[in-house]
Amino acid sequence: MAFLFVFQNAEAKTIDVCKECNSTTIQKGIDKSSAGDTIRIASGIYYEHNILIDKPITVVGIDMPTVDGEEQGGIFSISADGVSLIGLKVINVGVSFTSDFAAVYLSRCSDFTLKNLVLEDLFFGFLIEKSSNGLVEGNKIIGEAKDEYNSGNGIHLWYSNNIKIYNNHIEGVRDGIYLEFADTIDVKRNVSKNNLRYGLHFMFSNNDEYSENIFQNNGAGVAVMFSKHIRMYKNEFRDNWGTASFGLLLKEINDLEVIDNTFSNNTIAISVEGANRVNYRSNTFSSNGWAIKVRGACYSNRFQANEFLNNSFDLSYNSRINDNLFEGNYWSQYSGYDLDRDGVGDVPYRPVKLFSYIVNRTPEAIVLLRSLFIDIIDFSEKVSPVFTPDELKDEKPLMKPL
Amino acid sequence: MLKVLKYSFYDLGRSRWSYIYFCFYLALGFVLLFLNNDLSKAIITLMNVIIVLVPLIGTIFGVMYYYNSVEFTELLLAQPIKRRNIFLGQYLGISISLSLSLLLGIGIPFMIYGLLKSAAIFDFFLLLLTGAFLTFIFVALAFNISLRNENKIKGFGYAVLLWLFLAVIYDGIFLMSLMVFEDYPLDKFSLIGTLLNPIDLSRTLILLKLDISALMGYTGAVFKNFFGTSSGMIISIVSLFLWIIFPVFAFVLKARTKDF
Repeated sequence: MAFLFVFQNAEAKTIDVCKECNSTTIQKGIDKSSAGDTIRIASGIYYEHNILIDKPITVVGIDMPTVDGEEQGGIFSISADGVSLIGLKVINVGVSFTSDFAAVYLSRCSDFTLKNLVLEDLFFGFLIEKSSNGLVEGNKIIGEAKDEYNSGNGIHLWYSNNIKIYNNHIEGVRDGIYLEFADTIDVKRNVSKNNLRYGLHFMFSNNDEYSENIFQNNGAGVAVMFSKHIRMYKNEFRDNWGTASFGLLLKEINDLEVIDNTFSNNTIAISVEGANRVNYRSNTFSSNGWAIKVRGACYSNRFQANEFLNNSFDLSYNSRINDNLFEGNYWSQYSGYDLDRDGVGDVPYRPVKLFSYIVNRTPEAIVLLRSLFIDIIDFSEKVSPVFTPDELKDEKPLMKPL
Repeated sequence: MLKVLKYSFYDLGRSRWSYIYFCFYLALGFVLLFLNNDLSKAIITLMNVIIVLVPLIGTIFGVMYYYNSVEFTELLLAQPIKRRNIFLGQYLGISISLSLSLLLGIGIPFMIYGLLKSAAIFDFFLLLLTGAFLTFIFVALAFNISLRNENKIKGFGYAVLLWLFLAVIYDGIFLMSLMVFEDYPLDKFSLIGTLLNPIDLSRTLILLKLDISALMGYTGAVFKNFFGTSSGMIISIVSLFLWIIFPVFAFVLKARTKDF
């Protein structure tokens, strides 16, 4: 196998970088290399910034060497196709208010690989512009962002396509993963937590898929805005808890699939505004403040086979018109009966409570949460709906959780 | 006063109702924890019960005890004892015995289920503290009602009405005024509205400690800034104390001038 590899790259040579080698700095090693070479960096600390990679080479760290930028600016800058960067620890990226310094900056590259890197004390982590066909895998990004205005994003994609983002761990930055004008991106098995703003942020990005990710304790979990044809499978949204926090924000979205996700302990699990043709299936909502908050202009959405467990409000709805389908969900607050024993309740369930309607109108009224009076008016509204949309109901509520 | 307190306390200690009350809380605590091992969830459910039941039982029990012991009170009045001491003694006797039933009834199951090792211990003590405060407040209010009404039926009627007002109707009026004046900034108003009703005050205190405050958005931030700080805590405890002191003062005054 090794022989085959060497044979295929007959021309390629390996350049070592270490304190005693010919090349004592990474930049010198790169300058000496030509296309197809491999640069091996021995362990140690290298005080370098603005390292320019402008030819298709592979840069590999042996035993995690550290590249310390001493807060002078960006560290790696890649502007060639077919570059691989593997197994380095990159620390102390400079912070600037005028330029976007990044630990690794890629511009107009294709077929790149960024693997097993550890980024610490960063401004931007990976800043990827106008690039395509890349792999970002197994990286660990740990920032110490305190304010939104002087912090950057963990993985930032801009006008980039066909990129795979797998198994990364992102913590303590502004947005964990940020996609803008980024199409056909695959985001899988990442952990994004304790970020200032969003765990994952989509803007104007279409045909993307993200699955099996965990978004925990971020300012807000995932924001999807102005995008089409996004698929979300088996993600976990947890503990996004705060006065303006949510698990998932959908704004101006069309044709979305939200399937098999888990939302627990979020202030608002899903906040929806102007989203059409969204399929919500087999999701679990447990112990959230609001499970779903619909703010308006949402048409032809389907909520099927979801579980709603112990949320303060299952659904909040601010208009009287309903064009969305609720069918076959399990609602823990459902109190109907099932005489024919087919597992489906015989009385429809109305997920919008009068109190949630009132809170929508007068947010201050939330101080009366769990008061006896509120229980009484909720009950009377349940018996004969006056204020909440009449046709908004689940005709086939399940009797048992799925 | 201490002697009267002791006698009414022993009298209640022999009373069936104290035990029923104690057993009810004991059963409630055990059932809740049996169904749901999560202490902080059980505290929320328990709060719902305490906020409604403690005031109700306090008022009804206070009125009932007063009417039942009218003859004994009149006997005491014939003795050279200050009126203030008789009524204060009776008041403290009944309040303390009700609070004890509550503390023990709920405390025992939670202790068994590992309260001391749990992080919810502070929330739990806050819950018991507000429960005790509510008992003292509503027994004092009940004494006011029964001292002013010789007619038992009327007295009971007023007592139930008082409970209904503070537990339900007040919130209704509060909600209506919030909705009518929704165009104005309401955070100060809702703060004051909460401080003026002991039931609302206790509920808000506990809910904020249980971190439901994140649900409250902007209003929650205002509330959290108020109740979350030590000065807000002091103000709310002081206002609960005022809710005890004023009714007690009122019934002592009434008792001094009342013609038995």
